[in-house]
Amino acid sequence: MFESFDATMLARMQFAFTVSFHIIFPAFSIGLASYLAVLEALWLWKKDEVYLELFNFWKTIFAVTFGMGVVSGIVMSYQFGTNWSVFADKAGPIIGPLMGYEVLTAFFLEAGFLGVMLFGLNRVGPRLHFFATAMVAIGTLISATWILSANSWMQTPAGFAMNEAGQFVPVDWWAIIFNPSFPYRLVHMVLAAYLTTAFVVGACGAWHLLRQTAPRRARTMFSMAMWMAAIVAPIQIFAGDQHGLNTLEHQPAKVMGMEGHFESHPDGAPLVLFGIPNSAEKRIDYAIEVPRLGSLILKHDLNAPLAGLDTIPDELHPPVGVIFWSFRIMVGIGLAMLGIGLWSLWCRYRGTLDTDPWLHRAAVLMGPAGFVAVLAGWVTTEVGRQPFTVYGHLLTANSIAPIEAPAVSASLLAFIIVYFFVFGAGTFYILRLMARLPRDTMPELDEGPIRTAGAAAHGPASAKSHGAHHGL
Amino acid sequence: MDFDLPLIWAAIIAFAVLAYVVLDGFDLGVGILFPLFPEKHDRDVMMNSIAPVWDGNETWLVLGGGGLMAVFPLAYATVLPALYAPIIAMLIGLIFRGVAFEYRWRTKRAEFLWNWAFAGGSMLAAFAQGIALGALVQGIPVEDRAYAGSWWDWLTPFSIVTGIAIVVGYALLGATWLVMKTHGDLAERARAIALKCCFATVGAMGVVSLWTPFLEPVYLQRWFGWPTAIFSVIVPLLVLGCLYLLITGIRDRHDAQPFVAALGLFVLGYIGIGISFYPYMVPPSLTIWEAAAPEESLAFLLAGALVLVPIILAYTGYAYWVFRGKVDPEEGYH
Repeated sequence: MFESFDATMLARMQFAFTVSFHIIFPAFSIGLASYLAVLEALWLWKKDEVYLELFNFWKTIFAVTFGMGVVSGIVMSYQFGTNWSVFADKAGPIIGPLMGYEVLTAFFLEAGFLGVMLFGLNRVGPRLHFFATAMVAIGTLISATWILSANSWMQTPAGFAMNEAGQFVPVDWWAIIFNPSFPYRLVHMVLAAYLTTAFVVGACGAWHLLRQTAPRRARTMFSMAMWMAAIVAPIQIFAGDQHGLNTLEHQPAKVMGMEGHFESHPDGAPLVLFGIPNSAEKRIDYAIEVPRLGSLILKHDLNAPLAGLDTIPDELHPPVGVIFWSFRIMVGIGLAMLGIGLWSLWCRYRGTLDTDPWLHRAAVLMGPAGFVAVLAGWVTTEVGRQPFTVYGHLLTANSIAPIEAPAVSASLLAFIIVYFFVFGAGTFYILRLMARLPRDTMPELDEGPIRTAGAAAHGPASAKSHGAHHGL
Repeated sequence: MDFDLPLIWAAIIAFAVLAYVVLDGFDLGVGILFPLFPEKHDRDVMMNSIAPVWDGNETWLVLGGGGLMAVFPLAYATVLPALYAPIIAMLIGLIFRGVAFEYRWRTKRAEFLWNWAFAGGSMLAAFAQGIALGALVQGIPVEDRAYAGSWWDWLTPFSIVTGIAIVVGYALLGATWLVMKTHGDLAERARAIALKCCFATVGAMGVVSLWTPFLEPVYLQRWFGWPTAIFSVIVPLLVLGCLYLLITGIRDRHDAQPFVAALGLFVLGYIGIGISFYPYMVPPSLTIWEAAAPEESLAFLLAGALVLVPIILAYTGYAYWVFRGKVDPEEGYH
């Protein structure tokens, strides 16, 4: 493997590295933006201070996350040109406008209203402020829509022709945007973002419940997060299954790799639960299989034949070892999320949601699970698309810029150092913010000496937020 | 009626890049000036003066890059490999300064670190942009739809001069912004800095302008051939006008006039480059029409841009309006 560290391999590593870091932030900020909008709506509706306190708490974490998402996203938008310029020239006429619409409809919306959302409550009043929060949340969803349309087009290209210069030329924009895998991918990703956020919020709530700090706020956020887990986890598993059927139809080689089917199964394929893919020998070592279950899941028929990688030329095989495992990690975490959701329902039914320490410990443990699942899912879909950038039409090896390996390795090294330093610090600050959930406000202090000393008008954040809603 | 879609898109991309240069220019400039204001309180105010808007400003850069890939994919695919090192340097600079906006408030012990990240990142990003501009002006060779030069072509005395010019120019925008947005001692010092930056900027613009026509015969023809030579007279005259407004604005202690005049200088410099460039997208290799995407792509994105860009300008204007006036030193959500 190491002898193939040419410019293409290095550029792929650089892309994989930067996009893996980047995807973490949208996965969190899509969910968090919606959560903030819900919190502010609840505050405006129910006039319960706990929602505003939670809003201000998560708003700060959102700001840090969003900042990291912006800067890592700018890197992505230039990397197509620096490292994948042939891809940019050929697929640019289709991918470019989709990303252009993302900027025009989403990025500006988010950025324009983010300032108002973070800094503007005292300047625009609660209603306009809620509007700004809603715009930020909608912006994140619109952004996901366009980027998943672009990515899906690379997976299941449609609505195009080729011109003499070798470029993909748009013929039918409707078919391009709503390409065959787009709806599945969009739903799967947005649900993943919501679940990821729910488990972070839930872990934070559970941690504070275990430490008995700020019981009311911790209870509220834990309960909200567990509702999300209980409702969305099963929907996500269903959506994932539908997405899988769609992939089998349009990218069969990817599913063969995910499922570890090196051989065709003319009368019913097994489901490989575990094993070690051996690409050299084209088999799964130490396989634990359930006979015919694979056909049942993928074809809804115990005896349906299933083609394997032996029907596809060797040079077009995706790297089975990677996607076999990443797929299992994703599914495993999905099932664990479902388990937590059901457990929380049971505790809720018995009235022990706020007191069951084992549920809380499990929830803390599951806090980062969403990120791992999202990364594993993206690895499955992106590595599974190999050896193509535009599935079936443009090979990755033919997409690379005319760059030299030393230039790519130098920039890769620079990105690795910078990212670990910058995003490591960001993660540290976010964790510290989560740990510092302020104590529940004690109303009697509001009229106390702090206020008369004149410090409250422009005092620390908690005093300021009080100033804001006293002025309602 | 027939529309020249590539030309329309060249104008829109030019507008996006100009919007980026003047908007992110002043907030990068505030970062560049950070070392000149050692006190924490001043730095807090400086940062808060741009905190609500920097993210929107930087989005124009994404539009410039993403838009270029959409409508001039060949230009995107040849310019970026040619400018590989400056682009990577710019991205790393923008990463450091971008995260500093939040991180700086999250730590006391490491605050100095994020001050450096903010100042250093701003300078690196500005210098890299100037280098990229210089490298583009001096020309990028293209063969068979790919960059045909070598990896250090961007590094020349000319591109270093343009790099310095952009750093100084952004510092001018930043200083005049601070004059407009802050009070008292901070504004006073910004005024003094603005005056110095003003002369340095005009000097740098002069050097670059006199140098440029001798880089490419096309530029020389453009600036000294008839009838385009009219511009060679008008543009410098307008520059003098801006310079006058800038200096009197600083002297007479106007709040907004110096900033507006500094923006004027940038717009004129930009128009000057545009005059040199036309009709090239990647001088001297690709014209606007050669670099353009197929009509279907241009038309599809144009339909949206014509509706969306005015809306974007409207709510961007609203966001600036919400945060109008001098910065309240006690404000900020942190």
